[in-house]
Amino acid sequence: MADVTNSKPGSGGMGLNIGKILLEGRAFFALVAIIAVFSILSPVYFSIGNFLIMSSHVAIFGLLAIGMLLVILNGGIDLSVGSTLGLAGVVAGYLMQGVEIPAAGVVLYPPVWAVVVLTICLGAFVGLINGVLIAFFNVPAFVATLGMLYVARGVALLMTNGLTYNNLGGAEALGNTGFDWLGFNRIAGVPIGVIVLALVALTVGLVLARTAFGRWLYASGGNERAAELSGVPTRSVKISVYVLSGICAAIAGLVLSSQLTSAGPTAGTTYELTAIAAVVIGGAALTGGRGNVRGTMLGAFVIGFLSDGLVIIGVSAYWQTVFTGAVIVLAVLLNSLQYGRARR
Amino acid sequence: MTVQQSIRPEAPRGTGEVVMSARHVAKHYGAVKALKGVNFDIHRGQVTTLFGENGAGKSTLMKILAGIVTPTSGQILLDGEPVTFNGANDALAQGISIIHQELALAPNLNVRDNIFMGREIRTRRGVDFAEEERVTRALMEELEEEIDPLTPVEELRLGQQQIVEIARALQAKSRILIMDEPTSALSASEVEVLFKVINDLTAKGVSIVYISHHLEEALEVTDHAVVLRDGEMTAYAPRNEIDLEWIVRNMVGEGFDLGTPPDSKMGEPSLIVEDLCVPDPSGHGLVVDHMSLSVRAGEIVCIYGLMGAGRTEMMECAAGRLRAKSGAVKLHGRDISHMSIAERIEAGLVLVPEDRQRDGLVQTMTVGQNLSLSSIGAFTRGLFTSRKDERKVIDDSIREVTVKTDGGGAMIGSLSGGNQQKVVIGKMLATRPEVILLDEPSRGIDIGAKAEVFKLLARTAQDRGLAVLYSTSEVGECLSIAHRIIVMNRGRIAAEFDHTATKEQIMAASGEAVHH
Repeated sequence: MADVTNSKPGSGGMGLNIGKILLEGRAFFALVAIIAVFSILSPVYFSIGNFLIMSSHVAIFGLLAIGMLLVILNGGIDLSVGSTLGLAGVVAGYLMQGVEIPAAGVVLYPPVWAVVVLTICLGAFVGLINGVLIAFFNVPAFVATLGMLYVARGVALLMTNGLTYNNLGGAEALGNTGFDWLGFNRIAGVPIGVIVLALVALTVGLVLARTAFGRWLYASGGNERAAELSGVPTRSVKISVYVLSGICAAIAGLVLSSQLTSAGPTAGTTYELTAIAAVVIGGAALTGGRGNVRGTMLGAFVIGFLSDGLVIIGVSAYWQTVFTGAVIVLAVLLNSLQYGRARR
Repeated sequence: MTVQQSIRPEAPRGTGEVVMSARHVAKHYGAVKALKGVNFDIHRGQVTTLFGENGAGKSTLMKILAGIVTPTSGQILLDGEPVTFNGANDALAQGISIIHQELALAPNLNVRDNIFMGREIRTRRGVDFAEEERVTRALMEELEEEIDPLTPVEELRLGQQQIVEIARALQAKSRILIMDEPTSALSASEVEVLFKVINDLTAKGVSIVYISHHLEEALEVTDHAVVLRDGEMTAYAPRNEIDLEWIVRNMVGEGFDLGTPPDSKMGEPSLIVEDLCVPDPSGHGLVVDHMSLSVRAGEIVCIYGLMGAGRTEMMECAAGRLRAKSGAVKLHGRDISHMSIAERIEAGLVLVPEDRQRDGLVQTMTVGQNLSLSSIGAFTRGLFTSRKDERKVIDDSIREVTVKTDGGGAMIGSLSGGNQQKVVIGKMLATRPEVILLDEPSRGIDIGAKAEVFKLLARTAQDRGLAVLYSTSEVGECLSIAHRIIVMNRGRIAAEFDHTATKEQIMAASGEAVHH
């Protein structure tokens, strides 16, 4: 009786195994190669100090990419994260400037922790709208989040009338100092932004690997119909990933505006594409169900370390765009190699 | 480009000249032998019918004849010469066309454009739509169907779409026409028209390869019968030497034991379906029409019916996937009609869906993750899942349903169809249900795996007092482990038998043997 049909084509031979290891660890090897090449080309590249600075740049994309990973695992896409990041920064800036309540004739200066909480709630709200549109009204994720991309950006521009909030430092007398802590301070030499990224990555990694929600997410991304018939609450999972993506974008917005001590309404434009690129380079499948936080982090570092390296050795910014694009296409090509083999 | 084949209208029916033959044709998919060496001839101007149950290899054989699938070994002879087709278009160019059971029409285009899709009548100034429309009108007249050539196909009834598909094959002026279940969506009067068309075609010298589950109906038109069972050709004979009983005997075969009803202690009714109505997705009528049934704890009930009888819809509605129009589904007397799928699983009612790949498995996950998917709650401690407890759930399931795998770490796609089916069943049994619905549990798995699945169901019903309701379109599977057999026809219960019924009785009740 034919039972276990082995679909693997003869996987003998050392050469093939090395090829397989290279293929599966491609994001890691790419990162090692990038670090090696730039260390040779530039004397200042290979140092702890530089790595930490580059990592704090990566933190922004990395946070967006983690949210994006959740959405992509579900088989969706979130184009609105760049705009949500910008909107979150502007709202934080607005709150830091003080909220005037005309009826009472007072200006309210919320403390920094309240600003952070409110901004994160805003990100969650934006994600909730995306999620409800997609899960309940069957709007394709691409269209719903494309719409949100415009709306969130438009709201950010309206709030500031196109201008930038410059002074986010707060004042001692008003009790709202400390906003720049996120972007400037370090714990044991490590920038806070990087620590935030590490915490978020660890939490999400744990959620994906060890909770029911994580399993539901992989299942509904792999085959939504089968997941639903197996008792997975596919709608709530779908809404949750967009909410989480919105939260990640808001956190990234806070970190970015704190790093810059200013909040501009155009911050984060096209960042959604970088986030998607990081997820894809990290080996996730855009069709859903495959991918993990480790890969996505590697993807974010590949992009960040590559573009910063190009800056350091003085390559034109236009070339950076070309390189990043080439890396993305190469990554997708390798993805289809890895996942394509199983299919007939 | 229009394919113009010269058809000799003077060739009378029954000349018997062989136009196409299969010689030792076999097809293997990996280790699965879908077809194991088939030999038969197709005669000019005659109808050859392929008989066989689901999974017997009819579709594979038909796809080989139409050039869609290349045989692993063996030869196809066309006019006595060996041929190899380079895809369906190559076969079409040689005058062979196929009408698929799943219609291959573009729903957004109108009838005319569908009929001429890919072979538009071109002039120097573009497509000659007027001529196309005229031909379409003529074809519709010939088929006695009042369909306007400019109607979008999506606005037609399924039966009318079938007619369009047939018209398309007629337009191609094929000399060999393969029809896969052409009558499954047709009304009785449409079937009569189709038979008239078949007679006209054969009179013009066109050879027809016909496949149908309606045995008696097929006997009406056929000149030769080829019977397949489990990939093997069991019989090949001209019409005047055969009858219905001969076909059934060769189709079903004797000998393979799918088990007997277990001697379980029957309890109270676990599942009660009352007056259930499910609307047709198209909006016309009901696919499940005021249906009532009950299954007791420890009892195994089989639902037999043809494609489109409403079996799938009834089960999906009971499991919560489809919304009922009216009626109730009760579990131990408790109405669960308002519950979600997850809540019904929690309450103890589970469904093993018909289409394993589409509805049963998550292909991106491992065997183990698939097995434990429905019982995550059982191994979640606080916030996190417990690896140890999950391991235990998976190991227990693998042992219970006897999946041949090394501990569940392999990807689900590496298993054979039979083992994949056991994983879907195992996943649902791991939730400790009280009622299990299985929609065609034997679909696409080989006879050995089939027997194992049935044995597993019989054992679980007996040991756990599980109420089992399974559906099938193979009459041999009704007379195995089921205590009772319910025959469905067009959304209603047509008859009910106990396990002593005969195959002929069941088939007659389903409308299979008597169509008109």
